[in-house]
Amino acid sequence: MIKVQNVSKEFSEKLILDDINFSLDKGGITSIIGPNGAGKSTLLSLMARLMPLDQGQISFDDLDIKQTPSGVLAKKISILTQSNHISARLTVLQLVMFGRFPHHKGRPQQADHAHVARMLELMELDEIADRFIDQLSGGQQQRAYIAMILSQDSDYILLDEPLNNLDMKHARNIMKSLRKIADEMNKSIILVIHDINFAAAYSDLFIALKDGKIIVQGSVDDVMTEANIELIYDMQVDIKTIDGKKHAFYYT
Amino acid sequence: MFKQDKYIISALVVAALVCMIIFLTYQTQGKWSYVLTLRGTKIIGLVLIAIAIASSTIVFHTISHNRIITPSIMGFDALYIFIQTVLIFFLSVQEIQSISPTLRYFINLALMIAVFISLFYFLFLRSNRSIFLLALTGIVMGIFFRSMTNFMIRLLDPDSFSTIQGLLFSSFGSISNELLSISALLIFICLVIIYKVRFQLDILALGREKAIILGVNYKKLVFMLLTIIAILVSVSTALVGPITFFGLLVSNLAYLIIKNQNHVNLLVTACLIAIITLLVGQFTFEKLLELQGTLSVVIECLGGITFIWILLRTHKR
Amino acid sequence: MNLKIFLAACLFVVLFVISLMIGVSDFEFSKIFSDDDHLLILMASRIPRNFAIVLTGSSLAIVGVIMQMIAANKFVEPTTAGTMDSAALGILCATLLWPHSGLMFKMLIATLFSLFGSWIFLGIIRRLPVTNPLLVPLVGIMLGGVIGSIATFIAYEADLLQYLSIWINGDFSGILRGRYELLWITFGLSIIAYFIANQLTIVGMGENIATNLGLNYRAIISLGLIIVAMVTAIIVTTVGMIPFIGLVIPNIVNRVVGDNLTKALPIIAYIGAVFTLVCDIIGRLIIFPYEITVSVIIGAIGSAVFIYLILKRPRHV
Repeated sequence: MIKVQNVSKEFSEKLILDDINFSLDKGGITSIIGPNGAGKSTLLSLMARLMPLDQGQISFDDLDIKQTPSGVLAKKISILTQSNHISARLTVLQLVMFGRFPHHKGRPQQADHAHVARMLELMELDEIADRFIDQLSGGQQQRAYIAMILSQDSDYILLDEPLNNLDMKHARNIMKSLRKIADEMNKSIILVIHDINFAAAYSDLFIALKDGKIIVQGSVDDVMTEANIELIYDMQVDIKTIDGKKHAFYYT
Repeated sequence: MFKQDKYIISALVVAALVCMIIFLTYQTQGKWSYVLTLRGTKIIGLVLIAIAIASSTIVFHTISHNRIITPSIMGFDALYIFIQTVLIFFLSVQEIQSISPTLRYFINLALMIAVFISLFYFLFLRSNRSIFLLALTGIVMGIFFRSMTNFMIRLLDPDSFSTIQGLLFSSFGSISNELLSISALLIFICLVIIYKVRFQLDILALGREKAIILGVNYKKLVFMLLTIIAILVSVSTALVGPITFFGLLVSNLAYLIIKNQNHVNLLVTACLIAIITLLVGQFTFEKLLELQGTLSVVIECLGGITFIWILLRTHKR
Repeated sequence: MNLKIFLAACLFVVLFVISLMIGVSDFEFSKIFSDDDHLLILMASRIPRNFAIVLTGSSLAIVGVIMQMIAANKFVEPTTAGTMDSAALGILCATLLWPHSGLMFKMLIATLFSLFGSWIFLGIIRRLPVTNPLLVPLVGIMLGGVIGSIATFIAYEADLLQYLSIWINGDFSGILRGRYELLWITFGLSIIAYFIANQLTIVGMGENIATNLGLNYRAIISLGLIIVAMVTAIIVTTVGMIPFIGLVIPNIVNRVVGDNLTKALPIIAYIGAVFTLVCDIIGRLIIFPYEITVSVIIGAIGSAVFIYLILKRPRHV
């Protein structure tokens, strides 16, 4: 269970997050949506202790992120940030194995190798496992980073725009994999994602941020209404139900 | 706007003249004619160095479209010394000394122009390389030239290492006098040519494509300007040795004062600032603080800080 | 793999023995048991020198890669981050303020100075955009220049230029028994570096990933910086500055085996030692019986490789 209570964040006197409160039960996929600059990435970074939490409390399964040692949290939560510049030359395999570091502390065991192999397969990286990441395309790199985060095997997985750089096929495959991980391994996945239809197709819950506040929150079906989308994005869309799923049309 | 530039330049001219007069007359003892020739030559030397460095830097900035890299940051003064060493290396010290200094000077100069231009084309005109790539390459090349110079000097004759080093380096306090007249002549010719192409320089500053569209013979002009830069860098290095950051300092001061791209005003301002800085600096160090030969060190220090500051200011995260 | 290790060990032993045999004074291996002079030369001069070379080469290469991880930039090493110059400034200040203090004390002061220098460097590069990796060494070299010119200024005024040039120009010819033993500390520091190799690699992936994996980012960085500062200070006090080993060796090694430090660190240390041995042997043979200091040779080779690395950089990195 995730609890976020009274969280606010200021950057140079500008309020980025304004009194955020929500709680999520374990399991399932939650997408955080909202316009650019709404504070989505900041919220994710605060939850994953990448930024100091000045106001409010965040806890995962009653582990307060401010009190719990970072090494313990690394087994509880993992995060993929938006931009990853790694200047070190590592192979895909080495990179993904570093995702196991919280578990093996530098001495990988049989179980670690097995887990890494599974994640490489899941992200369709097994054929390029021995290539250096700086030789890969942007999409392959992105999948390698996701594999690294997934191999961390934490209960809560935060992903900030995981579909960056990915083509249609890989974007869909990754969303499918995430769904599988959430369902079969009982993980909680929280995404920041811009493609609202993608989000709607694979998520259970939506949290919509605007100007640092939670403006709408609820199940995908409840949030995906023309009125709500206009409230969040200040634009008009058509919501149509196709095969029982709601889609937003805003291309024309 | 241009009128304002005229006032600034007039003020700088007056300031430069005042500096010269103070430099000439401060605490003079003994015969006037003697003092005046001694200090007069020194002033002429400093003025020549100032003009050579300032104008070569501004022209270089215009050609390479940036305001950070200067010929000396690119390691071109280290290159000059390196070429001199190579000459000594292949001809031996005796043979070098048997060639008349003037002839030696011109051989150096010809080699310098050739190597400088090939390096420039190799680095600048092949594909779109970023300014930082060039700057870093230049700086490391400077280190390379200096290391090679050291290496070759030691290969030559370990015993007379310092003698040869003395041949190669000089400082503000001891500008080589025999080179003054020939340097003055070369600088004068360069300035005349720069003056003749002053309007083309203004167009060149708009970029290569614009310059070609506006009817400038781009290749010929750049080639000629590069030759001039090579000559000016050689002249100043021969007179005073390498000073990495002086050009950067004075050119950026000039850009601060002159807010437009009028090259005549820019060049004149940069030269005047350079003259004033050198005269005031040399005067302060030599006469007021009675420190010897450390002016160039202070310029390096200030210049380095300026460089970092410019980078930080223009490339905030 | 075992064969490779065997061959590598053989190469090392051969170079080590060759290096032992080279020197001006009369020395033969066959006579060390019959002639005390020969034994003395071996024990008091040749062996200390060889150990000094190996320790310096390997620890500088390791320090280079640690800095590259901390700064998350391939072009950083003690001479391109101002660390070496800071250490030299530290020794200079210690010599000036406490002229009668021992080597250990001077080394500690130098460590503090290079820590401070690295701290300034990291403070500056934090403000630079990560997308332009070349800015980092550019700023670092400039910072080194600024600190170096402060040192030169002080040394000039305090009449310590002679000393400063000893610290600036790394050289193994002065290494004797009793005057190099501090270098063994670098061996211990290298071992510590090996134990935190995993953590250093993770730190090299950036603060976010390191924190995500539950690492205390700041603690690892601080430990890394202390290792860097101590090694640099020890080497500058005992041998003098040697440029670019820390840059060239890790960059060559990572092209083949990558940057996973548990794997790469021993190889980096080995190649650093072999490279320095070879350069020192060349320096002693090329103008025998004279000697070209190792820093000149490594400076020339290192800067040439550095230029190659900059220009041949993969496009998207």
